Amino acid sequence: MSEALLVQEAGAAPLAAPASGARQFWRRLRAQRAATAAAAVVLLLFLAALAAPLLAALAGQDPDTFHPELVDSAAGGVPRGSFGGIGADHWLGVEPQTGRDLFARIVHGARVSLGVAVAATLLQVTIGVVVGLAAALGNRRLDQILSRITDINVALPLMVIALGLLAVVPPSFPRPVLIALVIGGINWAGTSKIVRAQALALKTLDFVSAARLSGRGRWSIARRELLPSLAAPVITYAALLFPVNITVEAALSFLGVGIKPPTPSWGQMLTEADTWYQSAPTYLLLPAGLLFVTVLSLTVLGEGVRTALDPRAASRLSIGTGREGRTKEQAS
Amino acid sequence: MTTPLVQVEDLTVDFGDVRAVDGLSFTLEAGAALGVVGESGSGKSASASALLGLHRGTGARVTGTVRVAGTDVGAADEAELRALRGAKAAMVFQDPLSSLDPYYTVGDQIAEVYRVHNRVSRRAARARAVEVLDRVGIPEAVRRSRSRPHEFSGGMRQRALIAMALACEPRLIVADEPTTALDVTVQAQILDLLHDLRRETGTALLLVTHDVGVAAESVDEVLVMQHGRAVERGPVAEVLGAPRQPYTRELLASVPRVDARRPAGPVPGPRAAAPETGPLLEALGLRREFGRGSSRVTAVDDVSLTVHAGETLGIVGESGSGKTTLGRMLVRLDDPTGGRLRYGGREIGSLPEKALRPFRRELQMVFQDPVASLNPRRSVGESVADPLRAAGETDETRIRDRVSGLLERVGLDAGRYERYPHEFSGGQRQRIGIARVLAADPKLIVCDEPVSALDVTTQAQVIALLGELQRELGIGLVFIAHDLAVVRQVSDRVAVMRQGRIVEQGAVDEVYGSPQDAYTKQLLAAVPTLDPARAAARRAARSELAVA
Amino acid sequence: MTGFLLRRLGGAVFVLLSLTVILYAVFYVAPGDVAQIACGPRCSPAQVAQVTEQLRLDDPVYTQYGHFLQGIVAGRDFSTGTGVDHCSAPCLGVSYQSDQQVMRLILTKLPVTGSLVVGAFVCWILLGVGTGVLSVWRRGRITERLLTWLTLAGTATPVFVIGLLLIIVFCSTLQWLPSPTYVPFTEDPEQWAWGLLLPWVSLALIESAKYARLTRSSMLETLAEDHVRTFRAYGVGERAVIGRHALRGAVAPVIALSALDFGSMFGGAVLTESLFGIPGLGRELVHAVKVVDLPVVVGMVLVTGFFVVLANAVADMLYALADRRVVLS
Repeated sequence: MSEALLVQEAGAAPLAAPASGARQFWRRLRAQRAATAAAAVVLLLFLAALAAPLLAALAGQDPDTFHPELVDSAAGGVPRGSFGGIGADHWLGVEPQTGRDLFARIVHGARVSLGVAVAATLLQVTIGVVVGLAAALGNRRLDQILSRITDINVALPLMVIALGLLAVVPPSFPRPVLIALVIGGINWAGTSKIVRAQALALKTLDFVSAARLSGRGRWSIARRELLPSLAAPVITYAALLFPVNITVEAALSFLGVGIKPPTPSWGQMLTEADTWYQSAPTYLLLPAGLLFVTVLSLTVLGEGVRTALDPRAASRLSIGTGREGRTKEQAS
Repeated sequence: MTTPLVQVEDLTVDFGDVRAVDGLSFTLEAGAALGVVGESGSGKSASASALLGLHRGTGARVTGTVRVAGTDVGAADEAELRALRGAKAAMVFQDPLSSLDPYYTVGDQIAEVYRVHNRVSRRAARARAVEVLDRVGIPEAVRRSRSRPHEFSGGMRQRALIAMALACEPRLIVADEPTTALDVTVQAQILDLLHDLRRETGTALLLVTHDVGVAAESVDEVLVMQHGRAVERGPVAEVLGAPRQPYTRELLASVPRVDARRPAGPVPGPRAAAPETGPLLEALGLRREFGRGSSRVTAVDDVSLTVHAGETLGIVGESGSGKTTLGRMLVRLDDPTGGRLRYGGREIGSLPEKALRPFRRELQMVFQDPVASLNPRRSVGESVADPLRAAGETDETRIRDRVSGLLERVGLDAGRYERYPHEFSGGQRQRIGIARVLAADPKLIVCDEPVSALDVTTQAQVIALLGELQRELGIGLVFIAHDLAVVRQVSDRVAVMRQGRIVEQGAVDEVYGSPQDAYTKQLLAAVPTLDPARAAARRAARSELAVA
Repeated sequence: MTGFLLRRLGGAVFVLLSLTVILYAVFYVAPGDVAQIACGPRCSPAQVAQVTEQLRLDDPVYTQYGHFLQGIVAGRDFSTGTGVDHCSAPCLGVSYQSDQQVMRLILTKLPVTGSLVVGAFVCWILLGVGTGVLSVWRRGRITERLLTWLTLAGTATPVFVIGLLLIIVFCSTLQWLPSPTYVPFTEDPEQWAWGLLLPWVSLALIESAKYARLTRSSMLETLAEDHVRTFRAYGVGERAVIGRHALRGAVAPVIALSALDFGSMFGGAVLTESLFGIPGLGRELVHAVKVVDLPVVVGMVLVTGFFVVLANAVADMLYALADRRVVLS
């Protein structure tokens, strides 16, 4: 049941669109305007995140230095100056109460948020592919055991377990790594279900039987025949998982159990934002807006990737608008 | 002078830059039956759909005039079109399982359609549904009307679709390949049903089919189409008996006949090399069971047969006969649950995978579905090269040469090594599959419905290719199919399967000429003949046998 | 059907048992001195020793786990400072902070979270499915594009961002609504509804986007299928085609997803509760995590896990009922 939902999400059928390699993929991706714009935004964000120290140095600031003179402690810590203290020195203003440079914090926060999400997604995909393949290709006993384990994993409520784990591990363990491990280790069931369902469907196809008749062994078949066809749904699902992971990390930090200060993270900056929205609106709007833009662009990009990898499924979804033409198959 | 029921003038249908129908014109009188015959790409389905205006809103471009029962389909507005569909002209689609809504009962669906065109109460509509279900020969119509489509058998489902077409008493029924998805015995029943209904109600019939025999059995006139154009039209006896156009002649020549074996070159002596060396492959009491306990199913039950080098064994049966499972067991893609299998004298029935490795390449298979038999993400050259690589060959030049040679041997251009499967037609993909099989240097090839998905002309070519290769290489061939005529054409000996068992086995001329088993007789009686004069007689013979 | 239920029940028990083992391993065996954590950073060594004895933390691990399991099945006795307190089955332990029995704590918070989830659920189903149907009905037109972008934005916005915005706009700036609070339904139904309105709307806006997209994609897929072509070929109007046939194709996936979301949200409406200050399970959990009140954390995770497993089984069952072609396995 949930496999059906997931496979629909990943939008791939075993005998999906003609491959013809990477060039076709890029062409199809470029043809979608929304996805291209989203890709540009994502690229920009990633570059900014990677170059965080450089950018901060350009601005002449760093995320950790306190500037108590820039906030009016008498008024409760409100930044002096308009728009939260925007000026030549501090391009995006300063943080209330601490006076830390917002631009530097946001840029470093991007690094943390994106980095954790990338690591978590990679972990989920790796575990998911290994488990899914093993379940589909192994014997029934292995499949049953792995399915039980996947069931347990599904039953773990992410937020709750994350909260619990984060409470217990001593603070000496690097926080971002821990969060990546927790998110990655809990949410891989989706990937494994997709991989298993796809691999099982592919296993029954004739070209796999033909490979057996050629004298190929099981692992050789898995590598040569199955993996290439699995790449598409896995990539699509990963592209959709990525923004979710960003949101989860932001949520955990928002609750105060994620990234702990002084390391900046967008979610963390929102923890106190509701107190400051009137006096220092940038402090709320910047991280919230950036979160929104990031997740939105990633989601649009993910949809674009799905369409580019399997145009037939995508065009099925847009059928009925009357604008697309049928394929040659109808002409008989 | 009455106006014809259907008037098509200069119909053109374009899907993007593909022209499916190119200036087609024909008429159909009320109460008459016209068969539209053509291969894939001939435009027959597109033409049929145009009669009900089904291309509207799909992005296809339609020009020309289509008039059905007084309505100009092209110029009609939404309301007129809806009034036409179902009430004046009704369509019976090809695949009854996917053509009915799986979530609602059959009775409800027919009632829904009835209420679109008649203002009646729900109860009256359901009563009508039961009435038509009964009319098409569905037993216990009241109970069945409350079942969902997947609870019916294939033949019953098609009857239900026909019932839906009858519900509003249309003047024209358009049937698009109504029997293609059915077994030959069921197909005969459906065609008989259509014939009876026509006689009762006087409805006109437009039957679209690729199977010339089906047309011969059920219509008065035939229209042959090719590449979107009409090639020939005339009374069935004329067009099929004395075709005038070269394409029609070619088409008819390619149709395999069940009554006469076509010699394809020097008649090979099937046992010429065999008697001293013994059988190539021997199956003794082979069994295959699925499931456990109460849900246990026996797909293959105590099957024994032999295949010799250089001869072709045909295995014929309907769906559910177990022939595919048997075929897979013969090449050890599936493991038998009982019985023995001997290859070249050695027991291979229960060998573990590792011990089987050395024999793997000698037992090969040609698959049915040209789409699923080649990895869509790999070039065709690489797919053909796979057995060579698996055998350990690493010299790229040698591989390349061998693959090019094989591609040419099966009639393809070796320069298309780098192309992907989707760039080839179905027939070409089957050839590539054969080339891959040859790359493994096999001694025995099992062909599982290798030509069922192909057009008649392509079918003939692929069968000829297989015959050539057998004569050249002296391989043993097992040809599995449901089409009796095709099996007759290629086999030296034949085995008839029913529900997992072999009911009759022997030399092909004997089994076809004087069948012993009742089931074999029933099968042979159901095969459509190309002579309409005999069709009526055979219909009567069928109704006798059905009682048995 | 009974066979399926029994098998799922067995599977559920297995999953929950494994859950307890995992939790126990993680929390009680994790690095760090449990007693120290439980007692608090300001405890003296003597107090820590006392806590160790009280909680029987000196026993070997499996004995401790055994006590834990025994508590769940048959009840346990806890020694407080003054005497012995009996905690009846299923006993999930006693809070380190408040000395209250965890089960009792959970039961008092349950109706709160329940109100939040049930109310939001109704809202998001109506909004989500309605939006999906509308976007299919008006496909090809501006309405559809607008709705597509809106739902996309909805899936991209974290719930606390929307919540924050709503609070800022409606409570602080416009002051149309009071600050969200929880008033038990039994006390004052009207206030109960008003107090929960903003949380419901926040959750509904976010979740409905997912359902709108699911409804839309399921309906579009159904519309492309052969049986819809049949009904169009028989003159059935577009409204009936969409409302009767296309919509039916979306029922099964929507039901399945609803059951899953419903189950997981019972323990996981953490963000919404924290943001709006609703004293439900989620907020309690966050608090417990911050003060490292282990029994509460473990107990809550267990209860939540139970709901999720239950929801999964119900989802499978409902899906099979809604789509008779699916065979239960």
